[in-house]
Amino acid sequence: MKNSLSARPVEILLVEDNPGDILLTREALKDSKIINCLHVVKNGVEALEFLRKEGSFSEAVRPDLILLDLNLPKKDGREVLGEIKEDEKLKTIPVVVMTTSRAEADVLKSYELHANSYVSKPLDFEEFISVVNNIEHFWFSIVTLPPRE
Amino acid sequence: MISRSNVRRKRILVVEDNPGDVALMREAIVEGEFHYHLSIAKNGDNAISYLRNLADDTCSSLPDLILLDLNLPGKNGHEVLQEIKEDSRMKLIPVVILSSSDNERDVSRSYELNANSHVRKPGNLMEFANVLKVIETFWLKTAELP
Repeated sequence: MKNSLSARPVEILLVEDNPGDILLTREALKDSKIINCLHVVKNGVEALEFLRKEGSFSEAVRPDLILLDLNLPKKDGREVLGEIKEDEKLKTIPVVVMTTSRAEADVLKSYELHANSYVSKPLDFEEFISVVNNIEHFWFSIVTLPPRE
Repeated sequence: MISRSNVRRKRILVVEDNPGDVALMREAIVEGEFHYHLSIAKNGDNAISYLRNLADDTCSSLPDLILLDLNLPGKNGHEVLQEIKEDSRMKLIPVVILSSSDNERDVSRSYELNANSHVRKPGNLMEFANVLKVIETFWLKTAELP
């Protein structure tokens, strides 16, 4: 199932500080039938710099999708989410919160802040890969992502 | 808010006036892996009334997911989306725009109005069934719902 962006890779920004999770996500995305480029930032401050093309990220590409952990150093993922969705230039980029918390409060808060979806990270290695595959299957193959601006 | 129980059957509200597409969706559920309650509203006003009634009812719960067509009689899908997302009782329900349009303006508008995702409706049964299956897998199995 082609999406309208099949001519070029899907650009993903992963906001994640756990090296194990970064590795697993990278591995899982390599299996995708849709060509994708994964960009990684490890804290909330860098996430926003990347998106705003500031500092060392002045040449950063605009992502088609953001995978966002909530528990981040320097700036919490909830704050990052809030800022993205309040920024006129950034708010249309779909954000999939991907985090270890299953707490109802975190789920509600994320949807209130206009997260496009919320996925809890499994502890099991194979389940983790499967979850990332489900995410990319839906978001890369089925969804029409917003046009690049 | 809705209690998150994995035992409870999930409920999907489909806002769609085309009987052919409704039939396709019913067909896909019958043959599909997931079992859920499907409610159909044929236009925006019906959908909003339905949601408001549920919100006011202490014994019923709101749907877990809304599939919303853009091309509706009366209010169009974007207007309905806006009303849903502006109502504090229902704005957290994930809305998947399911539309035959993938016109860039329509897609942008969906995301601007906080649609959770915009999905293009395929033309034939098999692809439609496949799309529904992926939607179900992601929203009813993978994602945490509010």
